Order: sequence, then structure tokens, then C-alpha cells
Amino acid sequence: MEKISGARSLMIALEKEGVDIAFGLPGGANLPIYDELYKSNIRHVLVRHEQSASHMADGYGRVSRRPGVCFATSGPGATNIVTGIATAQADSAPMVAITGQVPSKMIGRDAFQESDIIGITNPIVKYAFQPMTPNEIPEVVKKAFYIAATGRPGPVLIDIPKDVQQNEAEIHFPSEVKIRGYHPWVDPDVRQIERAIDMLLSSERPVILAGGGVIISSAFAELQSIAELLMIPVVTTFKGKGAFPENHPLSLGPIGMHGHAEANKIMTEADCVLACGSRFSDRSVGTFEEFEKNLKIIHMDVDPAEIGKNQTTNVAVVGDVKTSLRIMVKMLIQKAIKKNGESAWSKRVNETKQYYRENLKVHPHPLAASKVLKKLREVLPAQSIVTTEVGQHQMWASLFYDVIHPGTFFSSTGLGTMGWGFPAAIGAKAAKPDVPVLDIAGEGSFNMTENSLAVSVLENLPVIVFLFNNFTLGMVAQWQRTFYDRRMIGVDLKNCPDYVKIAEAYGAQGIRAQTLDEVGKAVQTAIKSDIATVIDIPIDPQEDVLPFVAPGTSLKDMILPS
Amino acid sequence: MWSIISVLVENKPGVLFKITNLFRSRNYNIDSISVGVTENPEVSRMTITTEADEKQLNQILKQLDKLIDTLEVKLLEEKKSVYRELVMMKLKVSKPTDIKEITDLANAFKCDVHDVRKNSIILEITATPDRINALEDLVKGYGILEMARTGICALARGYGNES
Repeated sequence: MEKISGARSLMIALEKEGVDIAFGLPGGANLPIYDELYKSNIRHVLVRHEQSASHMADGYGRVSRRPGVCFATSGPGATNIVTGIATAQADSAPMVAITGQVPSKMIGRDAFQESDIIGITNPIVKYAFQPMTPNEIPEVVKKAFYIAATGRPGPVLIDIPKDVQQNEAEIHFPSEVKIRGYHPWVDPDVRQIERAIDMLLSSERPVILAGGGVIISSAFAELQSIAELLMIPVVTTFKGKGAFPENHPLSLGPIGMHGHAEANKIMTEADCVLACGSRFSDRSVGTFEEFEKNLKIIHMDVDPAEIGKNQTTNVAVVGDVKTSLRIMVKMLIQKAIKKNGESAWSKRVNETKQYYRENLKVHPHPLAASKVLKKLREVLPAQSIVTTEVGQHQMWASLFYDVIHPGTFFSSTGLGTMGWGFPAAIGAKAAKPDVPVLDIAGEGSFNMTENSLAVSVLENLPVIVFLFNNFTLGMVAQWQRTFYDRRMIGVDLKNCPDYVKIAEAYGAQGIRAQTLDEVGKAVQTAIKSDIATVIDIPIDPQEDVLPFVAPGTSLKDMILPS
Repeated sequence: MWSIISVLVENKPGVLFKITNLFRSRNYNIDSISVGVTENPEVSRMTITTEADEKQLNQILKQLDKLIDTLEVKLLEEKKSVYRELVMMKLKVSKPTDIKEITDLANAFKCDVHDVRKNSIILEITATPDRINALEDLVKGYGILEMARTGICALARGYGNES
């Protein structure tokens, strides 16, 4: 058997996993890996900051549903991807992050660019490996991809000391691996699904709550069948936004802190909820105790630890959401259960929906968020992929941008990472080059990773940055207006920089859109062009995101625009 | 509620850190923890005692189970398990009659006496926490100079059908 280096075996193992693209930035401790990357067929996308590499891998992973790969060197390179790893963990995104480490003999001696990345990332990875011999690398890679992509997906870290990359050995590539403490797929208990059906049928005011698990397991058709067979209205979590077409008559949209008024209202009136792939985050349900009052909860989730974590469950179905829902559809069809016509509940749901859609006050500014996002929806093709940054624009997207094609909307919903949306959009574009990819952004968030414009331009991964620009850290400003008696501090970005010029400086296209008509035209221009585009939309810095469920209060206490 | 959790884990570096870090990051409480290799050199057993209400205990068990390096997580019921802790206490000897008194107490508690000196004596007891606390109460008067506890070590009673 021929001897090869650890770095070479890493590349072969990655290729065997079907990796054809990786995002990263080289440094002293991962040069042997980069030298092999040079010789491999894997496309390398050079970032300008490692954090963006991790977000690109995350975006790629969420869209392709295969682990995205990022590379960073030891020390600061590795610590720069920590935010990206935490983001992927919070949103269950499949990712394999590969860091260089100082040579094994130097570990623990506070060497130059040494950081204990295994220790640092322990609470935010699904698993971490540190192979200490080249022979371990193929098995580690195989296990890493298996762990990252199966069950509840998540980030896996592989930290490879430089000498382990360099040393040569006769290396064996396993065709399969076994991990005795890891059992990602549990067959759902059919009796529990039967109980769930009985509970749904015996309830008067049922609601389906679709979470991110529906999108991860691609259970769109199954979810829609159940909603339509039982005529149950569908609300989603923010992460689950777009798990169900938001133009469907049964759709009420996201619940939560900035959920749709009709969704929050109906959620609080329901007597039974079928929660699919949702972890009942505080942002979705408000106060835990209030949420579960007078509510029977059926909880489907692939992660048994989610059952009973935040809410008391009446019926638990542990297993892949798609599999569980498919079994449920089959049972409903076998039992010939199909509801037709109007019930008191469906009447109430429709009236509530109509009431809020017609009577909520719209912000008077000509570029009010709702108007801008409705314009965007008109001009953006349904299959386009949308990511968001984090802040007011993100919550406006939740409220006013309807996702029609399921699984085309992605956001940093769990960790709330500013700077995520743009690099994630670039990763998404790499996964799906044939559809337009647009980042609904705010300038405060975009600032954090805007140097990825270089990547978008040079790597021919053109995405559209749809920039709600109020030159303010808007969400913080809104909280200061609301909860701190308008004592504004640390939120004014003072008209700096000029985003059209920033775009142009990177060789991208910058368009300032000052009317709704210009917004529409700018998006159309951007879609037609093959270059990254920043659409700078000056909005009113005084506009709040409403409705609003204040932190620590219940969905019942929703504040409406007045 | 005081509970004993028995966890079989991969016997490899970093696993103890993962377990304790889980308790720290999720704000659970570790009352005691003891670790040692089992009959299978690839597997270690950790015995963790914790104070938690039922809901939190349930979460602790599930979160432990979720860790990839845990192979088995079991809640041990006090009545259906054998659990002991080894404790050493170094007591102050103030006057010659103390030695006799302490040795009598040690006999009553079936503990071993080590290192008898003019000014100190070491007792070793392997017992349930209740018995250890009772002994501690009784010897406190002499003055406890130093003390070391191993944490609880436990096994479920019976095997297979017997348990």
C-alpha cells in the first residue's frame, strides 16, 4: 500500500463524501491541507474573514441539505468561525468545519496561534474530532459527515494538528463507520401517531405549528396533506416560515414575538396543537406557562431531548418529522378521514385572518417595510431563495414577505447572528446557482460581513443584497424607544458609509431605490444581471416592527400598531 | 430530589469534560461524580448524583443520552440499587483517651482506622451517604482536620430479569 499524507487522505475522504466546494482562508497551521486542496477537484472559495466562511458553509448546507465545508487555520482562524458554528448549532444546520492546529507536540505549550478550539466549541458543536495520527483521518471524516447530516443536523468540527496533516502513512478508507453511542433515526411509534390523530379529531380548535424540522426533513407535501385533510389552520415558528405556502388559504404565518397578528391570536385560542419539528423557543411561544394553559400539545420531533424541554407534552412522537407525518397521512386516508365545509372554528380562523389583514395600520412612510416587501414579493420569482440578516428587517420579512415555494426562506433564527444573511446567501447561491438568491438585509447587520462582496463578485456567486437602510441599529433603537424612555445610545450609524459606493468599490452593482417603483425595477435589474447587487433603500428610522410581543410576556399581550 | 444517574461512556479523553460541561452549560447541578473504567477497557462508568426536580431530571437524562459519547444512561432507584461512597476523615487527637473512643466508634461503624498518631488519626468508611453523615456528626467534636470523599459509586441490583 502506498503511503500518503494526512492532508492528502483528508482530501480523498472529502471527495468520497461528494464534497465539491469548500469555503475558507489559509494560514500557517492548515497549509498542508491547502497544498492538497490545490491538487484536488474541490473548488475553494476564498473568504475575507473566516466567520463568513462558516456562514457560507451553513447557507450551503441548509439549501443543499448536505454538510457545507469550511476551512480555517489554528488560533484566531479557528476562533473566527466560532460564531458560525454556534449559529449552525442553534439552527440545526449541517456543517463540517475543518481547522488546522499547531503540531501535536506543541499543543498545551501556548504556542503561536494555538487555541483550544475543541474546548472552546464543546457546547456548540454536535461533535468534535481531533485525529492524532494520519490513519484516523478517513474514519473521522466519514463519521463527521454522518453525524452532521443525520438525525437533528448540526455542526461537526475536525481539528487537525499540522504534523498529522504532514505525516505519511498507509491509510485505509473505510466504506462505512459505526458509532455505537449515536442512534439518529428512531422509528416513530405508530400508536403515538394514532393517539395524536384521536386527539386532533376530538379537539374543537386545532392548530398545526410547523417548525424548522419540517424544512430540514422536507416534509412539505405531508404537512400540506394533513392540513387539507383535516382542514386545520397552519401557523409556523419563525424558523418554520415557509414550511407551508404562505398564500395557502389555511396559512396564518409565523407566531411569536413578531408573528402575524392572526397567527398569534388563533394560537392563543386553540385547544390543541400539532407541533412538527419545533422546539417551542421563547421567541415563538412567549412565556412557557401561559402558552400551554388550556392547550393539548402533540409534539413530533427527531430529538427526544426536545420533548418536554420547554412545554409539557400530551402526546410525543419521536422520529423524523417527514416519516411521522407520512404515516399520519396514510392512517387518515385508510380511515377515510376527510373534513369538508365550514366549522365554527374555521369560520373564526378566517374572520380573524381577514380582520387583521384588513385592519392593521400600515406605517405612513412611502417606503414602509410592508410596502417594500410586498413589492419585492411581486417581482421576485417564487422559487428564489431568500436569506435575512438579523434585526428589524428580519422581523419585517417574517411579517410581510410571503414565502410561496416551501423551503426557500432561511434566517439565523436561533442565535440571531448579525452578519449571517449575506455570506449565507453566497453559500446558498453555490448550492443552487440557477435561482436568484436575495439577502433581505439591514445596514447594521450587513456591515458585519460586507467584505464578502469581494467573494460574491470574484467567485461569480452573484447575490442581491436588499438593504433596508435607516442608518440605525433599528431593533435596538426600537427597544430603547419602547423600554428605555427614548434614551438613544449606540444606535446611530450617522449616514456612513455610502452603500452604492461600497458595492462599486468591490466591483459589484450598487443601486439606490427611493420609491417603490425603483425598488421593483432595481430587483428586476439585479435578477437579470450576473453580478452581485446592493439595492440601497432609504427607509424611515422611526418605523417600529409591529405587532410585537414584548419579552417575558405571552402571545395574548401582543402590541398592535396604533 | 436527590438522584443517582449511572452513565456508561466511551473511555477516551475529553468525555468527562463533555459531561461536566453539559451540566454547567445547562445550569444543572452535580452533587458528586465518580468515574472509572469497567470490565470493558473501552467503556467507563460515571456515577453522577444530582439535585433536580422531576422535569429537570428528565432533561438531564435526555441531554446525557443525546451526547454521542454516552452509551447508556440509567436512573438508579435507591431501593433497587447498591450505592456506596468511600470517605476518609483525618481527626484531631487531643488527649490519649480520644484514640480509644474514636476506635470504638470506628468499630461500631465498621470503618477502618489508619495512621494512628499522637495528634491525628485517619478513618476510612465505605457506606451510604446517610451513614457517613451520621459518623461525621459523631466525630465532629474531636475536630475534623481533613476530609476526602470519592462521590457515589453504584450499581443496579440484579441482572436482566432479576432486576
